[in-house]
Amino acid sequence: MILSIKLAWKNVWRSKKRTWITASSIAFSVFFACLMQSSQLGSYENMIDNSARFFTGHLGIHQVDFWEDQIIDNSFDQQALLELDLTKPSILMGVPRLSSFALASHGDRTKGAALFGVSLEEEAAFSYLERKLIKGDYNTESGVLMAAGLAANLNLNVGDTLVLMGQGYHGVNAAGKYSVTGILKFPIPALNQGAIYLPLETLQEFLSAPNMISSYSILLEDSQDTEGMKAHMETILKGKELGVKTWQEMLPDLVSSIELDYYGGWVILVILYIVIGFGIFGTFLMMIKERTYELGILNAIGMTKRRVQTMVAIEIFLLIFLGVLMGVLMATPIILYFWANPILLSGDAALAMEKFGYEPIIPFALNFKIFYNQGISIFVIALFLAIYPMLAIKQLKIIKALKE
Amino acid sequence: MKVIELKNLSKIYNPETIPVRAINDVTLSVKEGEFTAIVGPSGCGKTTLLNMIGGLDISSEGSVEVGGVSIQDMNESQLTAFRLQHIGFVFQAYNLIPVFTAKENIEFIMVLQNMDAKTMQERSDDLLDRMGIKNQKNRRPSELSGGQQQRVAVARALAARPKFVLADEPTANLDSGSTEDLLDIMAKLNKEEKITFIFSTHDQRVIDRAKRVITLEDGVIISDEHR
Ligand SMILES: Nc1ncnc2c1ncn2[C@@H]1O[C@H](COP(=O)(O)OP(=O)(O)OP(=O)(O)O)[C@@H](O)[C@H]1O
Ligand SMILES: [Mg+2]
Repeated sequence: MILSIKLAWKNVWRSKKRTWITASSIAFSVFFACLMQSSQLGSYENMIDNSARFFTGHLGIHQVDFWEDQIIDNSFDQQALLELDLTKPSILMGVPRLSSFALASHGDRTKGAALFGVSLEEEAAFSYLERKLIKGDYNTESGVLMAAGLAANLNLNVGDTLVLMGQGYHGVNAAGKYSVTGILKFPIPALNQGAIYLPLETLQEFLSAPNMISSYSILLEDSQDTEGMKAHMETILKGKELGVKTWQEMLPDLVSSIELDYYGGWVILVILYIVIGFGIFGTFLMMIKERTYELGILNAIGMTKRRVQTMVAIEIFLLIFLGVLMGVLMATPIILYFWANPILLSGDAALAMEKFGYEPIIPFALNFKIFYNQGISIFVIALFLAIYPMLAIKQLKIIKALKE
Repeated sequence: MKVIELKNLSKIYNPETIPVRAINDVTLSVKEGEFTAIVGPSGCGKTTLLNMIGGLDISSEGSVEVGGVSIQDMNESQLTAFRLQHIGFVFQAYNLIPVFTAKENIEFIMVLQNMDAKTMQERSDDLLDRMGIKNQKNRRPSELSGGQQQRVAVARALAARPKFVLADEPTANLDSGSTEDLLDIMAKLNKEEKITFIFSTHDQRVIDRAKRVITLEDGVIISDEHR
């Protein structure tokens, strides 16, 4: 075995140019694939993070009927959660949220609005809501923060008074006057045209639903760790009228668009790998063709075919390993750089991203899985292509080989 | 003692299409310590005969015994192991592993035989010395002359302590000086250490040095002369 490794190592460096060309082509494909997957996974992480922070949390606790019918009557008493120990190292934080609908009027104008009762202080850390403020003050005791589009439609400004009318808990009438203390600008049109944020207690009071919340959103350390955490939560919540949903369950469209994009990326990579695969195969072909005589000599003087195969297999492994290593080494600093400094988009691309509620950046993921994926893929291809040289050695006829 | 015993040996190439009877009913035995040349015109069957003796090819008819062991019915890997342990090979050219030095080429065989490192060292140094290529031991084949390469090949063939050395036209690619040198070494090994050599050639100077000359024509032995 040591002899085979030594011989293989020397053989790899025998035609330096070919080794470098083959290794470089592998390195290039690994490099390209790593960058591509890193930016893909990075933007997924970013989209998931954005959506989870803003809308659903990685996990959401709701009253069992809430997800079917998102009405105020399907809210729950937040006291129920206070008794529970929801701290866990893998849980970053959780926030209570209450949502409802109402008519918002100012002067002679009236519009439908979505009301969000939140803990403003916690929300600043959870969904970075404070960053959306473009005018006025974020912190308010009993005022409201209005989306810019809605404020404009109602001709409202900071300091003006807004009238809200709607239906409260169990059908009671809800009405109230609130002063606008801040204006929020959202990239998502639906939010920008209709969202009103209030301190949680203010909304609870308006809806005559003291202590009630519609959801308790939880942010996890690892966005993919939802199933295990969900099960954990469910055991804690046993016996209560509460259920747990994962972001994957709450945001099925996001899940499917990520999947579509991910597999789309793989299609590109598969095409790339097929091209690279032909290059690798060419090298394998030459490896055998050029050396038939020599392999014949080795077999003739007493090296078993098994050992000859081992030697060539090690050569193949070294070659592929060199290529993958080069590719990973090339990709790592670039991924590290873009991971720390995401590419900022501008122009139409940025607008399009913002419209869907995402930051206009291409973040890169720093994930070992990326390198692993590409490394394994190349090795699987090489393993498959190595069937040829292995068979060629098996079928080698010494007397024929010696005539080459 | 007989090291090789061939009985009614025949080799037919392409038996199904255009059969070529390259070796035709050859019966022959070679004793230990012989220095035998197989001669004859091109295409007479020298290579074919040596290949069958060396277990590189199998006969169509008849039997081959090496050191009293019939190699007739061995499978491929048994044959490979047999060659490794009992037969030394020298081919016409490009015998050596190009990426290994002279010394590594000689030791290669011994590593395959799982010889211990110390014995291997001693043996390869000794062989390099005897072949007169001690100073070239760290050179690769491409840095050696044709004659030096063939001497390394002989050293490698001997490294395994074979029953005999088979050499198919070992001097064909050498100039007359190198041919003489190689023959001197082979003759010396034969004389002093009783190493059995069987080689093919059509070089008259080489034939003149042989102690037994077997002449083939169209796959048949037409003369067998001991001198
Ligand atoms: N693989 C083969 N298929 C068919 N015929 C073959 C094959 N190998 C050799 N022959 C034929 O067998 C005969 C003997 O060939 P061989 O190579 O043994 O001769 P040789 O004496 O070694 O010749 P040379 O001196 O040219 O090396 C020749 O007629 C040759 O054409
Ligand atoms: Mg020949």
